[in-house]
Amino acid sequence: MSEQTDYSRRDLLRRIGGALSLAAAGPMILPAQDAQHVHQAIADDKAAQPGPYRPKALTAHEYATLDRLSGLILPADQHSPGAIEAGAAAFIDFLCAASDEMLAIYTGGIAWLDDTMRRRAGGQDFLSAPPAQQTALLDLIAWRKNRSPEWNPGIDFFTWARRMVVDAYYTSPIGFKELGYMGNSAMSSFSVPAEAVEYVMKRSPLG
Amino acid sequence: MLQITRTPQVFDVVVVGSGAGGGTAVKVLTDLGLSVALVEAGPMLNPARDFKEHVLPYQVDHRGAGAHADLYFGRQQWGYFEAPNGYWDIPNEPYTVAEGSRFQWFRSRIVGGRTNHYGRISLRFSDYDFQPEDGLGDPWPVTYAEMSPWYDKAEGFIGVTGTREGLRTAPDGNFLPPIAPRVHELLIQKACRKLSIPCIPSRMAMLTKPLNGRAACHYCGQCGRGCQTASAFSSSQAMIFPAMKTGKLTMLTGAMARELVTDGEGKVTAVSYVDKATRSERQLRCRAVVVAASACESARLLLNSKSPRFPNGIANSSGVIGRNLTDSVGYSMSGFVPALAGMPRHNSDGIGGMHLYVPWWLYGDKTKDFPRGYHIEIGGGFGMPQLGSFTAQCARHEGYGKALKDKLREEYGAFVHFSGRGEMIPNRQSYCEIDPRRTDAWGIPVLRFHFGWSDAELNQVRHMENTFASIIDTMGGQPLGRKEDPRQAISVGGFIIHEAGTVRMGSDPKTSALNQYSQAHEVKNLFVCDAAPFVSQPDKNVTLSIVAFAWRASEYLAEEMRKGNV
Repeated sequence: MSEQTDYSRRDLLRRIGGALSLAAAGPMILPAQDAQHVHQAIADDKAAQPGPYRPKALTAHEYATLDRLSGLILPADQHSPGAIEAGAAAFIDFLCAASDEMLAIYTGGIAWLDDTMRRRAGGQDFLSAPPAQQTALLDLIAWRKNRSPEWNPGIDFFTWARRMVVDAYYTSPIGFKELGYMGNSAMSSFSVPAEAVEYVMKRSPLG
Repeated sequence: MLQITRTPQVFDVVVVGSGAGGGTAVKVLTDLGLSVALVEAGPMLNPARDFKEHVLPYQVDHRGAGAHADLYFGRQQWGYFEAPNGYWDIPNEPYTVAEGSRFQWFRSRIVGGRTNHYGRISLRFSDYDFQPEDGLGDPWPVTYAEMSPWYDKAEGFIGVTGTREGLRTAPDGNFLPPIAPRVHELLIQKACRKLSIPCIPSRMAMLTKPLNGRAACHYCGQCGRGCQTASAFSSSQAMIFPAMKTGKLTMLTGAMARELVTDGEGKVTAVSYVDKATRSERQLRCRAVVVAASACESARLLLNSKSPRFPNGIANSSGVIGRNLTDSVGYSMSGFVPALAGMPRHNSDGIGGMHLYVPWWLYGDKTKDFPRGYHIEIGGGFGMPQLGSFTAQCARHEGYGKALKDKLREEYGAFVHFSGRGEMIPNRQSYCEIDPRRTDAWGIPVLRFHFGWSDAELNQVRHMENTFASIIDTMGGQPLGRKEDPRQAISVGGFIIHEAGTVRMGSDPKTSALNQYSQAHEVKNLFVCDAAPFVSQPDKNVTLSIVAFAWRASEYLAEEMRKGNV
């Protein structure tokens, strides 16, 4: 890879900008109705949110419970930070604020967790229960094999939560780094490293 | 009666639709100095705003789920990051599907149409695709030898990667250098070699060298989102924007063609369209018209252009318009390949899509239980993590915690994907017609679809399923989600977005609507330049052929106009 010239992201965008101003020159007429089509400008999308995230849809208790749940689903370990550090709960709360249907899944699911935990752990809700009690409950609802009228609501909710915590984590800068994703850059040529080819061929039955 | 505004100007040619066919017509005709008006039902494209190939998920607050989390509820019509170019359902523009049929119709509504996002797989049809040797279907009124120079032109202009292989099933072309294979592709190639299946450099409309003022690819791997440098071909950027600078092109966006207006002699004199913003009807006067609105939309426009002379729709005395609707046969399978797990990380982006592919390899084999064939598209690599990228793995592994996290890291990049794209033989049960009971919001009668696969396609899917599984097995991998019943496994008609055949060409005006130049037998100044004229649906995606046929038709039209024949 060393012989490749990799442009920085900023160089790339500048280069694209140059090409665009050429393309846009000319008798281009944009009727008013075109405005309806315009996607949210990328610049707006990138608006950073400084400071800690403030929940928009979930209550403080619900948000703290979801945050804890996300950390159990994808914990920090020696490789990388976990879903708490990656802000998974913030992503989910943001979508709850955008969709009543989504909000109902999480308010209902968290209430089910609390209610079930109270019955199992002497009146404590999920967040206040000891960690061993929390994982004991997840061990029941994280597996399809436990499907039954008693556990179905928990299993359905956990399936949603796991899917979305995983989504949030791996689409974050922390998740990109954890996976080692290094694409979407600009390169002057393409090739793959010989060591990767060798690694795979050696391990394959075709080696 | 509503006032209909007619343009004072008479355009040499009005082109309806701005995709591969319409874009080619616009380019060729304006290059030859003709005055052209382009009618597009959607808005103008602005690549700087609309193409998101360099946006990362975390740069958007909803990360691609949509403003109302639509992705999670199956309500997202098209990926948020994908090039904005069309929809499966358009609120004001319905279509209907007859009872007992399943069909999905993708429609583009933007300058450039589907070419803003398409896979850019660019395959020439073979000699036997034009003149079938198995007695099925009908021959085309043109041969491969006649089309070869037009493929040369098309490839030379749009830019297609590839290598000369000398295969009859995949004719060689005028190629740019190929792109180096990815790791999983090298492994698949080895497996294929063991199975005597060819696996060759892909033929893709991405520039591995600068061409015609377009920059070489920068290998960001997101061609499906549109390409701001136009290194991946789109008709909007490579054909229409340059034509706008010639002063010969008048653009009309948000303009839904309603009908072709004819005179007493049956010649088209104007194109009537609805200006969507004002809901007013207008007419563009013209000397000739090129209809390239996509196969089914073109058929709809012709069927809706009724007059005393053409009671069944313009140029449709044969009654074939709408008939012979085909789509590619589609089937996909994924596999987990342990040899790829834990592979040293690297950038595997390259061009968006496959770097190697499998062309059809069993031509003439008498032992198989289906006619014709398919090609195989290959996927895999370290894709950009997106919402949903790991949903299937979560469902498979279940659980939570460090065990789940370790699995997802280890398996990243260890999946391969195979998609078969095969030939469907036209059949009597697959066609579109005007639904007498429905109109769209502009009052234009809509299409009703009838569609059914035959055993030919179902048996082909079974063959795909066995082939993909054996390639995965040979790599030491595990096929995932096998579907043994081809009726469950085969794609829904229309889903592959390769509709063709609905205004077919032929040498006999009794059984075809167009001649070999895509010119209507009955209306000399009417041409159809998308995949509607195609007599068959070869196992080679139609776009390159749309460009080649549209180029040939446009030069023919210009010459006929010069001679005074049109």
